[in-house]
Amino acid sequence: MALVEKARIMDSDGIRRATMRIAHEIIEKNKGAAGLAFVGIRTRGFPLAKRLAEAIQQIEGTKLPVGILDITLYRDDLTTIAVQPVVHKTEIPFDVSEKKIILVDDVLYTGRTIRAAMDALMDLGRPRSIQLAVLIDRGHRELPIRADYIGKNVPTSRREVISVRLSEIDGSDEVIIQEFSENSSLPCQS
Amino acid sequence: MRLKSKDVLGLEDLSVEEIELILQTAEPCKQIFTRDIKKLPTLRGKTMVNLFYEPSTRTRTSFELAGKWMSADVTNIATASSSVVKGESLKDTARTLEALGANIIVIRHQMAGAPHVIARCVKASVINAGDGMHEHPTQGLLDLFTIREHKGRIAGLKVVIVGDILHSRVAKSNIWGLTKLGAEVTVCGPPTLIPQGIERMGVEVEYNLDVALRDADVVNILRIQLERQKKGLFPTIREYSRLYGVDAKRLRIAKPDALIMHPGPATLGVEITADVAESARSVIRKQVTNGVAVRMALLYLLSGGGASSEIAG
Repeated sequence: MALVEKARIMDSDGIRRATMRIAHEIIEKNKGAAGLAFVGIRTRGFPLAKRLAEAIQQIEGTKLPVGILDITLYRDDLTTIAVQPVVHKTEIPFDVSEKKIILVDDVLYTGRTIRAAMDALMDLGRPRSIQLAVLIDRGHRELPIRADYIGKNVPTSRREVISVRLSEIDGSDEVIIQEFSENSSLPCQS
Repeated sequence: MRLKSKDVLGLEDLSVEEIELILQTAEPCKQIFTRDIKKLPTLRGKTMVNLFYEPSTRTRTSFELAGKWMSADVTNIATASSSVVKGESLKDTARTLEALGANIIVIRHQMAGAPHVIARCVKASVINAGDGMHEHPTQGLLDLFTIREHKGRIAGLKVVIVGDILHSRVAKSNIWGLTKLGAEVTVCGPPTLIPQGIERMGVEVEYNLDVALRDADVVNILRIQLERQKKGLFPTIREYSRLYGVDAKRLRIAKPDALIMHPGPATLGVEITADVAESARSVIRKQVTNGVAVRMALLYLLSGGGASSEIAG
């Protein structure tokens, strides 16, 4: 199955502006930064969470804690995926109880990852609330889940793949739409 | 990356990459010990059966907890109170368990190869929890995990395994795993308790413990298995203890930061003194804790499987 690049929908300036806007929205909605904490979903949610925390520090002068969540052991599709994901550590260096958690991921798609992440968070304690921030919302939800903060809404078809690249992991910042070329079978994403 | 086989029968069969994958997966699994809620939904709907033909405290409990913490349904079969005493054969028992819906069968048996027989006749995953004098792979894996956790590596370490090598499946699994990962392994014990030709497994043999302990990074001490040997392979327990018992004085020969390991149950005062077993260098309790993490990792890795690809949001 060959992936063909179709369009570049965000560059590094676009990602920076979206991140900064979301940071402002988070502060506005929560009336400041008190009691907030970030949890980024592995892999690309974590650098995004760190960027949001840095932006809020610039704006409000408050340094917010950032954790990494690995949801592999909470997935609902263990027996149906061919490439079994490697389990990594969850590193949340603060007590989630009574915190207003901002959950961060790169792409919101079916909603299943977020469902798993909420279960994982609940097992670590009792957050006061959980809000969701994503860089891209590409639609096709399979669960009643929506994001509180969205960098960009991107209408997609299921044949397409959204690739978020971040400099911390991939060396550059960009968001790309790719498509599985004709006569290949439909990719099954979670 | 996933395990090639549906079963884990011995470290002899696992590649270096597979061993690394298991050890790596065990690290996040170990985090469950620090949590208030020791429960993951990973194996919901899976059924795991512990089939133990030999006594066991830590291995069986460890497997049971590993399964339960990952939300599998776990059933234990003590063979003394099962149809085994009515003469049911090993294969029949395994097929019966599969007919009852078992996805994973954990078996301990006094005969080497029993798990392999079962593995061939069922679709369920079979994990060897110790077969005769052959292998005890999960103990080998948890020992590797514990060594790496404390030493940061395995390659290049000098590991001494002391005691009844002949009857010990733990020793064999340790030797397979350690040599694959590049450790230098020395086995030490009375000549009657060292199997002939064990050098072919890539280990040094040393009969004098004081020589074997020189520069040791890890000392893994095995139990004298009196239940497996009533043939008089050494004169007295007292003499064994004097020649091969690890005490504080003798331990000074090893490196100052040498790890003390024992797969348990330890016979204090025979192969290891109480003060050594409880010393700061001893990781005997940590081995037990790590055992659950390693078994959780195995259950997870054996439970994947299926159709298509791609992981995203």
